[in-house]
Amino acid sequence: MKRLTLMTSGVALFAASMAMANDDLMAQMDNASQWAIQTGDYSNQRYSELDKINKDNVGDLQVAWTFSTGVLRGHEGSPLVVGDTMFVHTPFPNIVYALDLNEQGKIKWRYEPKQDPNVIPVMCCDTVNRGVAYADGKIFLHQADTKVVALDAETGEVLWEVMNGDASKGETNTATVLPVKDKVIVGISGGEFGVRGHVTAYNMETGEQEWRAYSMGPDSDILMDPENTTHLGKPVGADSGTNTWEGDQWMIGGGTTWGWYSYDPEADLIYYGTGNPSTWNPAQRPGDNRWSMTVMARDPDDGMAKWVYQMTPHDEWDFDGVNEMILTDQEMDGEMRKLLTHFDRNGLAYTLDRISGELLVAEKYDPAVNWTTGVDMDPESETFGRPAVVAEYSTEQNGEDVNSTGICPAALGTKDQQPASFSPKTGLFYVPTNHVCMDYEPFRVSYTAGQPYVGATLAMYPAPDSHGGMGNFIAWDNLAGEIKWSIPEQFSVWSGALATAGDVVFYGTLEGYLKAVDSETGDELYKFKTPSGIIGNVMTYEHDGKQYIGILSGVGGWAGIGLAAGLTNPNDGLGAVGGYSALSDYTALGGQLTVFALPD
Amino acid sequence: MTRPHILLAATAGLLSATALCAADTVSMDDPNIAVGYEEDGRYYTEDGVPTFNVAEDGTVDWPTFSGFRRYHAECHVCHGPDGEGSTYAPALKKSALTMDYYDFVDVVTNGRQKVGAAENSVMPAFGTNPNVMCYLDDIYTYLKAHGSEAIGRGRPAKKEAKSDVFSENENACMGS
Repeated sequence: MKRLTLMTSGVALFAASMAMANDDLMAQMDNASQWAIQTGDYSNQRYSELDKINKDNVGDLQVAWTFSTGVLRGHEGSPLVVGDTMFVHTPFPNIVYALDLNEQGKIKWRYEPKQDPNVIPVMCCDTVNRGVAYADGKIFLHQADTKVVALDAETGEVLWEVMNGDASKGETNTATVLPVKDKVIVGISGGEFGVRGHVTAYNMETGEQEWRAYSMGPDSDILMDPENTTHLGKPVGADSGTNTWEGDQWMIGGGTTWGWYSYDPEADLIYYGTGNPSTWNPAQRPGDNRWSMTVMARDPDDGMAKWVYQMTPHDEWDFDGVNEMILTDQEMDGEMRKLLTHFDRNGLAYTLDRISGELLVAEKYDPAVNWTTGVDMDPESETFGRPAVVAEYSTEQNGEDVNSTGICPAALGTKDQQPASFSPKTGLFYVPTNHVCMDYEPFRVSYTAGQPYVGATLAMYPAPDSHGGMGNFIAWDNLAGEIKWSIPEQFSVWSGALATAGDVVFYGTLEGYLKAVDSETGDELYKFKTPSGIIGNVMTYEHDGKQYIGILSGVGGWAGIGLAAGLTNPNDGLGAVGGYSALSDYTALGGQLTVFALPD
Repeated sequence: MTRPHILLAATAGLLSATALCAADTVSMDDPNIAVGYEEDGRYYTEDGVPTFNVAEDGTVDWPTFSGFRRYHAECHVCHGPDGEGSTYAPALKKSALTMDYYDFVDVVTNGRQKVGAAENSVMPAFGTNPNVMCYLDDIYTYLKAHGSEAIGRGRPAKKEAKSDVFSENENACMGS
């Protein structure tokens, strides 16, 4: 029975793949009434053309229907809508539900994988999963234990499955996958377990591995051409993935790849970022630690890197470079440019030419950022493209067993994975941010496979001398490198934003509010408190001519760990306020989808 | 083997819970806390269970300070800052008070699972991890010190010096 289905869909798909296997997904994404990919589209703009819900009527929004996922813990990502079906995923155990939108969300099928619970504690920072992907009549699930599964979108039947990593060595997964052409591109987590990060392409029809590109290691592992792969316009040269490491440290070098991926079909390049080098103790890994903390542009056919840019050489603060790369075509200095905008954990927002990798803008997107005075923008300079590190906040210069205090941002970054959105109407980016600083003390650790490999202790607290809150929701001009407006939030904003043609921007908060603001001014237009804190991403779709807004609630993730009991500033004197708000005073666990609509 | 353990822990838990109810803070005279003797910079109860020592000026013993550091490298990513708990993992500052020391060691070394319809709670086995095992007593006394409110949240401001014996043991255990 299983074999039969496999064969039939195989035949149907064969015809499709003759044209170009991603045509189907491209057509689905172009249909604004659907939400066919986690990131809204290949460009990661998270923008919808739907405008029935707009800034004049969004204040009348009501809850249309809800759905309990049956799972507690942190719910990241969002549902997909393709045709009349909504696909909802959960954190571990990674259940997938197909809901029939013609029958008020009746469950068409559900899929629950069997996974060894021993993967749970190997996942750094809760058991989150950022959702499924769709292409060619298949749903792709990348489970916590790194198994990639292709399901028949109609029936939920397993078409193929493949193991991408080894959870007993600390390799796990939290990310979604990117279907491109006839391949599914997948990443890996485990930077805090000494995992060597990689990106892998599997054949969409068979699940066979096509290529794998490591973040560090020999040229044959990192899929870089010493002559033709460039870093800031210059060839990377031979052995670029090993010659900035001491000894064999690169073999447990981190640089994991758990963020959001984007794709430019015209340039035929995929874009993603790599995470922190491991360990968190910089003294144990001298050198620039290439290619951790790097923006990568690769050819999806063979994985070869076209250009790279290392944002934070020799990381000293756990500023993973995995955040999304948002692709836009904008006029800059009178010329249309193909741009890539990236809000890094390190507190700098980068604008690059996405074809050549040329660095155009690098500016702080939170004024609190203090570990660097800025990036050297002079192409003639020896330190071109490098951030100037402030000695006081350098955990490397201060050394092992020294507590460096007052570093902004904290390890969770000015922004973590929670994706920003871009409105072509306003030309602005809408960015959920953290407003948190830290003390960081590195010390020696030893490596054991499958065990945490951290090597630093840190304390986090709200940015001092500011509004006292731990987050901001900002509008950003990526050409000028300036904040247009900023909404202070009590907690970190850990929810992916959505901008629409209705001149509204939506985001969720850790207390559980879904908020709608004016895309020009940031003025609040609507809010509703959902049952649990929001770390999911806002999505929208249209069904039977009616526009809906969907959001997953379910507090957890890094935010749920750091903020559950509240944060205190150890540097505050005795007279200062002793503690800040605890998230546990506002919300509790619970996974639920809430869908909003205007009244009839 | 497991069952008597659970019973023991439960009894110990109930006793301490009662103690906690009587007064908001834990008495430093509690035999599970009160310092019986000191050996090479580490403090023990009369029963030989590791405990903390906080001087009147707030100076903490070195192992407890070391426990603060190691906790925030190894345990913090699930159990939250200062052992206060996260959205899904228990507040260990309480566990260190309510759990028998030997049960605490057992759970950290061998792990434990509570997996069911409502819970997906898994403590990994740290038995092979020197970064945890070499500092297990340190982490235990740190959590006990914070749980009993002998020290507040955050980094202890003052600490005793690291003893030579502590350094020797540390190097031997970490293999450096």
